[in-house]
Amino acid sequence: MSDKKPLSFQQIILKLHQYWGDRGCAILQPYDMEMGAGTFHPATTLRALGPDPWNAAFAQPCRRPTDGRYGENPNRLQHYYQYQVVLKPSPPDIQQLYLDSLVAIGIDPMLHDIRFVEDDWESPTLGAWGLGWEVWCDGMEVTQFTYFQQMGGFDCKPVAGELTYGLERLAMYIQGVDSVYDLDYNGAGMTYGDIFLENEKQMSEWNFEVANTESLFDLFNKAAAECENCLDRSLPIPAYEQAIKASHVFNLLQARGVISVQERASYMGRVRDLAKGSCEAYMEKNGWAA
Amino acid sequence: MTDFLLELLSEEIPARMQAKARADLERLFTAQMAEAGLTAGDITVWSTPRRLALIASDLPAQTEAVSEEAKGPPEGAPDQAIDGFCRKNGVTRDQLEVRDVKGRPTYFAVINKPGRDTRDVLAEAIPAIIKAFPWPKSMRWGDASLSTESLRWVRPLSGIVALLGDELVPCEIDGLTSGYDTVGHRFHHAKASFVSSEVERPAAENDPNMSRLGSTGTAPGRITIGNAGDYAEKLRACHVLVDHEERQNIIREGAAKAASDAGLVLVEDEGLVVENAGLTEWPVPLLGAFDPAFLDVPEEVIQLTARVNQKYFVCKYPPNAQHGEADRAQRGGGATPPSAVPAATSPSLRDREEKLAPNFVCTANIDASDGGKAIVAGNEKVLAARLSDAKFFWELDQKTRLEDHAKKLSNIVFHEKLGTVADKVERVAKLAEWLVSLEGNGFYQPSPGDTFHGEVSEAARLCKADLVTEMVGEFPELQGLMGGYYAEKEGKSQAIANAIRDHYKPVGQGDEVPTDPVTVAVSLADKLDTVTKFFEIGELPTGSKDPFALRRAVIAISRLILENEIRLPLWPILAGQIVLRDGSSEYYSIAKQKFWSRSRKEIEDDYQWDQPHNAYPEPLESLPALVGQLMDFFADRLKVQQREAGVRHDLIDAVFALGGEDDLVRLLARVKALQAFVETTDGVNLLAGYKRASNILKKEGAGAPHSMRSSEGEEATSGQGSASSAEHKPLSYTPEKAEKALIDALDAAQPDVTAAIAAEQFEQAMTALAALRGPIDQFFEDVTVNDEDKAKREARLALLARFRNAVHQVADFSQIEG
Repeated sequence: MSDKKPLSFQQIILKLHQYWGDRGCAILQPYDMEMGAGTFHPATTLRALGPDPWNAAFAQPCRRPTDGRYGENPNRLQHYYQYQVVLKPSPPDIQQLYLDSLVAIGIDPMLHDIRFVEDDWESPTLGAWGLGWEVWCDGMEVTQFTYFQQMGGFDCKPVAGELTYGLERLAMYIQGVDSVYDLDYNGAGMTYGDIFLENEKQMSEWNFEVANTESLFDLFNKAAAECENCLDRSLPIPAYEQAIKASHVFNLLQARGVISVQERASYMGRVRDLAKGSCEAYMEKNGWAA
Repeated sequence: MTDFLLELLSEEIPARMQAKARADLERLFTAQMAEAGLTAGDITVWSTPRRLALIASDLPAQTEAVSEEAKGPPEGAPDQAIDGFCRKNGVTRDQLEVRDVKGRPTYFAVINKPGRDTRDVLAEAIPAIIKAFPWPKSMRWGDASLSTESLRWVRPLSGIVALLGDELVPCEIDGLTSGYDTVGHRFHHAKASFVSSEVERPAAENDPNMSRLGSTGTAPGRITIGNAGDYAEKLRACHVLVDHEERQNIIREGAAKAASDAGLVLVEDEGLVVENAGLTEWPVPLLGAFDPAFLDVPEEVIQLTARVNQKYFVCKYPPNAQHGEADRAQRGGGATPPSAVPAATSPSLRDREEKLAPNFVCTANIDASDGGKAIVAGNEKVLAARLSDAKFFWELDQKTRLEDHAKKLSNIVFHEKLGTVADKVERVAKLAEWLVSLEGNGFYQPSPGDTFHGEVSEAARLCKADLVTEMVGEFPELQGLMGGYYAEKEGKSQAIANAIRDHYKPVGQGDEVPTDPVTVAVSLADKLDTVTKFFEIGELPTGSKDPFALRRAVIAISRLILENEIRLPLWPILAGQIVLRDGSSEYYSIAKQKFWSRSRKEIEDDYQWDQPHNAYPEPLESLPALVGQLMDFFADRLKVQQREAGVRHDLIDAVFALGGEDDLVRLLARVKALQAFVETTDGVNLLAGYKRASNILKKEGAGAPHSMRSSEGEEATSGQGSASSAEHKPLSYTPEKAEKALIDALDAAQPDVTAAIAAEQFEQAMTALAALRGPIDQFFEDVTVNDEDKAKREARLALLARFRNAVHQVADFSQIEG
């Protein structure tokens, strides 16, 4: 790190906004629905389809109910942030652009060992895959870097480059703290724990112990039905929202431990069909051929 | 003669793919040159994460001019034919030559192909090589990917350097053109320093490699290459060691030195050397440390965590080191030490002379401006987080007893048609218990009050329990090992812990075969069950496909049996294991009473295959055929396995063909005695006599060809009862001298053979058989089998059959080659 005081959590986000905004990206706000990863954001999934150029960046809260640890694990959370950049078509200097963004948030690549380590990405739920790397900084994975090859079962024409920064990890690294709850959130005395610790405790308890499974099963079926309803009316965007909803409800059911191994595959298959159906309808609505 | 340089610059190529990529590049290049008639001197191929390079020395400037002739129609042929020939060969009619072919004037076209510039050949070859490159996975990228037909490469291809001598080989593929320039190290050789923490948006530059999003201030500096000769050195000056072997040496030696400087010994790992060399262009090994408190976790776990997740080497204390001494030197890179915890740790569970030290070596890709302090500190933090996860799992797993873990196995499907892992465990336990209860089984004969049988039972029931532990969930390759550790921690006996740990062994050809009797019993039962059950549901290996590794399992079974001299009748055991179903007591009693406790012959004679048994919805009619299939599979694997030891496969067939021999130890002893015998003169001659007798019997239709698995063979093998009772009738005539001699010899030899076989004295049995050699030879010399007198003919055929059956007491000689 430089001698300067390291960036606070919110400054890291602001710096990334500034950096990618300066480079022509539309800076979006988080999507207002629960999702497991920034890749689910329609600005990634749906915009990866079709021929139109698309450059966007946003921070997205991610919910992974099974990763909750009641606020007791310094690295694991059921709710955390990803910073997501989507560049389509992937620019020729995308790696350089990315490395410069690390410099922008205070990582000096002559002091730290930055490496691109093979890590291919596949999301059966989205019918998507891509090739790329996990980017290591001194042995820690700080970013997932992917060239989308397929989305919703469709070849990406053209290919989008996706950068997913793990914001808490990066911030812990930049600030040199060992627990996510100790992160300096705003540079003015507020920690990440001040804001999210109680949230983690209560949400973990709800995810694992309290959530009414009967109504969750009901929600899942309703979301699935609504998705199909939207698809019947050629409304791919609301259909996709329902697919995201179903996916999250499924994750909650998993956390409640009420889905057996055998059932798991069938639920995942249903979510996949909804997501793929939405992508298909999106292609159709825009008049794009597979 | 000129040297050629090709560099294909790309984004980071996965380390694991680089070795094959080098070989593919050389192969494709050589093939392209050969097609053009060019031969290079030496070819060198190098790789880094970002480039593949090839240098071909001493290429000629041009390909050789060639002159080819084509024979055409004869003189006077129709114009159409002659014109067609001209067109085909690209010559005019007045260029044709006329030559005499067998007295007939015939047109010939002489086509002279001038030599081509090598540069032109290369300019075509390079795009062809790139297009044909067989990456295991490839991708599209950038603007061109609007079409799915765009160029594919392992990661985006960004540059081509192609120089023949000092000259550019101009070529183009998918908008990418060859040039003189490449890039150096990603960080050491950048246009602007990375040190600034602020990156201003730079002025637009006219660089095709920069995007419309705005090029950056830290663009890679370009390097201009002069020719093949200066390539490696120019890159070196820009912090790129293009020769992968040089990088491997630096890592191998540097890592060892980093460890020894700290008074430690590096745990060598060539796979890690190669992988790290594939991840770096300028490797710098650095020593780091972790909190010695983590050494409570088994060494294998620490090593795997470091290796698999982080690609770090681990270190050990040198033999007989005072740990305190080494501890003082253990810090690397001057980083802040982890919380001071005394080095005293619990002794490793498996006592080792050289214990793991709380240190590791990572390989950075830069010569960091602070000498690596920050890098080491960062890596230490990452490893610490990984190890605390591992420690958490280690401690969490121990809060549940193995028997309680084992209960969860009923939630894990072993195979959709074969029930749960809990079902399998129960079958394995029942079989293991049975195996060690067999009389004279060769495992171990416990004295009264001995815990052996109880240990077998318990170990078998716990052997898969670790599959549901957190640690094995994280590192599946630790299955068995973790169960062993947890058993020790729970205070189970060493024999039980060993059996849990080692029951997967032997895994491969080179793997050691367990010898501890508890381990052998569990390992055998587990593998016998696996093979039997997959055969039962028709999941047989085919060709190169063996998804459940059944071939390996059978070889492991053979090795366990043979190396430990375990005596067991395979046929009833395999049959019983099928009948055992889910291992419940109802099936168990049938498996035990009707199969395991009987010989094959007893089962075959007695079991009513076509009758529905009350426990089974359908009769077991297909069972004998299934077990036959399994026995054939065992025979095949045994042949493969024994080939290296020089055991003849036809002799294994000859003994297996008797059908009754299903004790592998006895079978192999028999085969070995047989092999020694058939290589003697007596053996060779007896075999000849046997074949002659056999041919006559076949021709006369007297006694169908010896059935592979007839009860006749069974009798012969079991050595009980006479093999010839039916033929032992008094003669109605006076036998000829040679005939009488053969009868006497058989009368004398047969009891000897039978007795020797019963006593498993196979060499003696062979010696007894050898006594038949003279009489059979003499018989064929002097006696006419096909006598006009029907009584004589039948008696003599019966005698030959008796002779054949006597031989079959040892082996089915018809299977023997030569």
